[in-house]
Amino acid sequence: MAEEKAKGKKKEKVPRQKMLEQKPEDRVQNFDEVPFGYTPELARLEAGRCLQCKKPKCIDGCPVEIDIPAFIQLIYEGDFMGAAHKLKEQNSLPAICGRVCPQEDQCEKVCILGKKDEPVAVGRLERFTADWERAQGEIEIPEKDPPTGKRVAVVGSGPAGLTLAGDLIKKGHEVTIFEALHKTGGVLVYGIPEFRLPKAIVQAEVDYLAQLGVEIKAGHVIGRIKTVDELSEEGYDAIFLGLGAGLPLFMNIPGENLCGIYSANEYLTRSNLMKAYLFPEYDTPIAKGKNVTVLGAGNVSMDSARTALRLGADKVRIVYRRSRVEMPARIEEVHHAEEEGVEFHLLTTPTRCMGDDDGWVTGMECIRMELGEPDESGRRRPIPIKGSEFSMDCDLVVVAIGAGANPLLPTTTPGLELNKRGYIVADEEDGKTTKKGVWAGGDIVTGSATVILAMGAGRHAANSMHDYLMNGQTTWP
Amino acid sequence: MFRILEKREMAERTVCEFKIEVPDIAKKAQPGQFVVIRANETGERIPLTMAGTDPEAGTINIIFQVVGKTTGLLRSFEEGDEISDIIGPLGVPTHVEKLGTVMCVGGGTGVAVMYPITKAYKEAGNHVIAIIGARTKDLLILEEEMKAASHDLRVTTDDGSYGHHGFVTDVLKQILDGGDDVKLVVAIGPVPMMKFVCKMTKEYDVKTVVSLNPIMVDATGMCGACRVSVAGKTRFCCVEGPEFDGHQVDFEELVKRQRAYLTEEKVSLDRFMGQIPE
Ligand SMILES: Cc1cc2nc3c(=O)[nH]c(=O)nc-3n(C[C@H](O)[C@H](O)[C@H](O)COP(=O)(O)OP(=O)(O)OC[C@H]3O[C@@H](n4cnc5c(N)ncnc54)[C@H](O)[C@@H]3O)c2cc1C
Ligand SMILES: Cc1cc2nc3c(=O)[nH]c(=O)nc-3n(C[C@H](O)[C@H](O)[C@H](O)COP(=O)(O)OP(=O)(O)OC[C@H]3O[C@@H](n4cnc5c(N)ncnc54)[C@H](O)[C@@H]3O)c2cc1C
Ligand code: SF4
Ligand code: SF4
Ligand code: FES
Repeated sequence: MAEEKAKGKKKEKVPRQKMLEQKPEDRVQNFDEVPFGYTPELARLEAGRCLQCKKPKCIDGCPVEIDIPAFIQLIYEGDFMGAAHKLKEQNSLPAICGRVCPQEDQCEKVCILGKKDEPVAVGRLERFTADWERAQGEIEIPEKDPPTGKRVAVVGSGPAGLTLAGDLIKKGHEVTIFEALHKTGGVLVYGIPEFRLPKAIVQAEVDYLAQLGVEIKAGHVIGRIKTVDELSEEGYDAIFLGLGAGLPLFMNIPGENLCGIYSANEYLTRSNLMKAYLFPEYDTPIAKGKNVTVLGAGNVSMDSARTALRLGADKVRIVYRRSRVEMPARIEEVHHAEEEGVEFHLLTTPTRCMGDDDGWVTGMECIRMELGEPDESGRRRPIPIKGSEFSMDCDLVVVAIGAGANPLLPTTTPGLELNKRGYIVADEEDGKTTKKGVWAGGDIVTGSATVILAMGAGRHAANSMHDYLMNGQTTWP
Repeated sequence: MFRILEKREMAERTVCEFKIEVPDIAKKAQPGQFVVIRANETGERIPLTMAGTDPEAGTINIIFQVVGKTTGLLRSFEEGDEISDIIGPLGVPTHVEKLGTVMCVGGGTGVAVMYPITKAYKEAGNHVIAIIGARTKDLLILEEEMKAASHDLRVTTDDGSYGHHGFVTDVLKQILDGGDDVKLVVAIGPVPMMKFVCKMTKEYDVKTVVSLNPIMVDATGMCGACRVSVAGKTRFCCVEGPEFDGHQVDFEELVKRQRAYLTEEKVSLDRFMGQIPE
């Protein structure tokens, strides 16, 4: 069986394999991960569906160009460790990507099998492989290139920074990560909830970098404790800025500063990073609404809504100004949220928040919307319907309408050009900023995007930095 | 991990001062800036102002009032113990310039926050009149230090056990009426105190700076927990403050937001008290 090739073998039709998962009524009672993942049998069954295309489209769909047919073939052959190594050639965080990549828009979207049938479950296979490797407990520490004597500072420990750090330490450079929060991982630890991405997985990746020799300085807010220029003066030969898009946006409507109105960042940070869902065992409190409204319909909103349910809400509503087709969240997340009982109020937007004498939110006034002509995002612009105002009771509101660029570091870094929305201007190909010796990548350049795109940006910047450090390039665009 | 080098208890053990070894922060910190402390692995992140720094020795001083679980836990730490995380320096430093006569008004533990700022105004060549107040004599802190940091120190106690019997605003009014050409008032203390000081200085049309203390989480501008309304606009206190023009601050909103977790804070404190032998 192990030698048997998937290639060329006549396939009986096997349906796309589902992962076993917690039942909705059980999982809203806990913060454990929802899917259990594939068993080795299911993984091999799913791997067998891959056509091993000569011109595999799936690879083009993956921002880091994983050799998808190759790792799937290894799974099919039962060589799970081989598959894990194959994955790691291109993707240093497969356990994370397998869970949170919007596969339906990337590798799986273009999978050739998907034309007539459902696409191969690339993400689930990736997740299976990485989990299997981790469960073996023998993560291989690769050989590092001889020391180059060059020092690299990485600001921010999200997927962009982690990827870059991993690449450069292997190339023999000395790498230090500076992270503002007390824990490393960026959105992976403070934003995405435990039930979607267990924090132990992120910690394992960070520990791996530490084992490789990356120095990690958490609790270091660059721009305050040290500026970027001071890092250069201290002898860092190259600096990468992977700051993320960590500025919460608000609606700017009356009453928005009432108690019980959170930005999604605050709500999720309290719950995930500070473990408020374990209060009072952990000291950080979080308001447990009974009747919760979440504004916005992206992944962040789904995460907030599902967190609210797990914290004991009776009713959780998502209020979104456009319609279902425009919702930016992953299909799987919307599906999970609906299964768990989250209600969707579409074509609706709040105009005002109301509160009681203690300053606690009691409700929102909303207005109904209709869709007009497409706007600059290509989506049809929502227009308020006059006279359609109505009010909605709630005791907790989570504002999840998007994020911006935090100005803290940019304003203390002369010579760093920003675009008009405050994001750092960097070369699309190699991540070079307008400041010599400084690269940037991930959400701080593109605006809120995805884990895999941030990782891709980290990889490209790492390659460019390595060139610069080794060839002593002195010109700067 | 950051080691506590010295511990001093003040004001009948309701206030405590630590000297902590944090060389990088000590080197960089300026008056008006604060740190975020997470005492241990299960701990909350709380902001505390640096009441002093010694860049050479690599130490900072913090002075905190014991008001709940985290400050209670911190007080239980002894010299030699270590704190998990200290993050800083945070916030915009006090903008200190030579103006003429400056009044520094501190109430309660606000005096600790006031102390380095007072010193900085004096060093910048201003004539500094300081007023510090407390409920009662035994709760008064940093009297000697404030005396040295100013040209003229006035003390008030609510119960008259020491200094002027009454509030800091009484003495402030005397001085403003006295015809001194006061260019700036800096007021730091409990919200009601800052509110009354601002109400008064507004009548006299004297610019007043206050240091706000909303609830914070990350203190890097990422969460918006610390939002305050100033001149009708929402501002993030941790990165745009903590100091703002007192005449523009919505103190009502601040007080309400500070009280958002009273129930949880009580649960936390009761649980903590149940765990310590005393
Ligand atoms: C709730 C939520 C759910 C999401 N779900 C998904 C999903 O399912 N799939 C997906 O692909 N994407 C998802 N995303 C988006 C994805 O997480 C981001 O695109 C990605 O994390 C960006 O990576 P990054 O490395 O650019 O920055 P981040 O992950 O944002 O990390 C930046 C880090 O830099 C630190 N930092 C910032 N400023 C400083 C400073 N001055 N000094 C030191 N450190 C600093 C920050 O504290 C942070 O830790 C989600 C995002 C959120 C918020
Ligand atoms: C910029 C700034 C500087 C400060 N400097 C000092 C100082 O030098 N000395 C000092 O004694 N106090 C200072 N404080 C206040 C101090 O942070 C709180 O007293 C402390 O967080 C209380 O924590 P607790 O767990 O002991 O009490 P809790 O029982 O949790 O809370 C008591 C009260 O403290 C406030 N508080 C609670 N959690 C936070 C939080 N995470 N952030 C801010 N406030 C909170 C709330 O209003 C609450 O009602 C400062 C606050 C800010 C924002
Ligand atoms: S990293 Fe993401 S896009 Fe690439 S193969 Fe894996 S799941 Fe697909
Ligand atoms: S496109 Fe689909 S079927 Fe073809 S190799 Fe890739 S995953 Fe397999
Ligand atoms: S405390 Fe989070 S933004 Fe200020």
